[in-house]
Amino acid sequence: MSVSIDARGPRWAALITTFVLAIALITSSVWLIAFQAVVFAIGALRGPQFTPYAYIFKKVVKPRLKSPVTLEDVRPPQFSQAVGLAFTLVAIIGSATGAGGAFTVAVGFALAAAFLNAAFNFCLGCQMYLLILRAAK
Amino acid sequence: MKTLIPLAFVLVLATGYGLWYQRTRGEFRKKKTVNGPKLTAAIVGTELGARATMVQFSSAFCTPCRATKVLLEDMVKTMPDVHYAHIDAESHLELVRQLNILSTPTTLFLNGAGVEVGRAMGTPKRVQVHAALAAIH
Repeated sequence: MSVSIDARGPRWAALITTFVLAIALITSSVWLIAFQAVVFAIGALRGPQFTPYAYIFKKVVKPRLKSPVTLEDVRPPQFSQAVGLAFTLVAIIGSATGAGGAFTVAVGFALAAAFLNAAFNFCLGCQMYLLILRAAK
Repeated sequence: MKTLIPLAFVLVLATGYGLWYQRTRGEFRKKKTVNGPKLTAAIVGTELGARATMVQFSSAFCTPCRATKVLLEDMVKTMPDVHYAHIDAESHLELVRQLNILSTPTTLFLNGAGVEVGRAMGTPKRVQVHAALAAIH
């Protein structure tokens, strides 16, 4: 059995991520993407409950929320963080090699996923994991 | 270069997809094409129900899978002629390919003979499950 976390945490993190990626897309800022990549890396490797966004959620947001706590498995949001990391790495490589188109497309996909998660409670692992498995094995 | 075009493009597409996603989660879709393979108790791992069997495919990176399992397990308690089977998609990739399962949770609705009459992707609502089962005689 894996760890359970407050389900509202990843949703909040997705909201912050949406804004960060949106600003990065508008300004074509590779530094902002590098920052977001570090956040994704922490979320993917250590767990989404250890990112700076999760820290803000715990200290500032959570005490003000009145909705009941629903716990969720940590693995689905952790998977989403890994997918986000992959997209931001592609964006950074694209930017470093002068492929501005690759940067825009990769950031665009990461933004779409974060926005869908924040606005529609979209479950990336549900839609992608099986397809990846089917393609890989 | 500062431009709002990629941002607007991503947000419009993602919103369209998100609305579709939200509306179609849990919706029962009748199988329109030719009958799929006949599933047996040996394949789904549970004795088939006299009237119907609900076969849920789940994976690790899937938050709504657990809620779906809890709902369906609870519902079959009061329906002696309907059985519930739970399959881990990851360890049954052959079956997943054969039945064309693309995302989790996907719940197949089998008739008494073990033939799929339709399926639902995402967590269905209680009324949606009742309606789907009512259509199976």
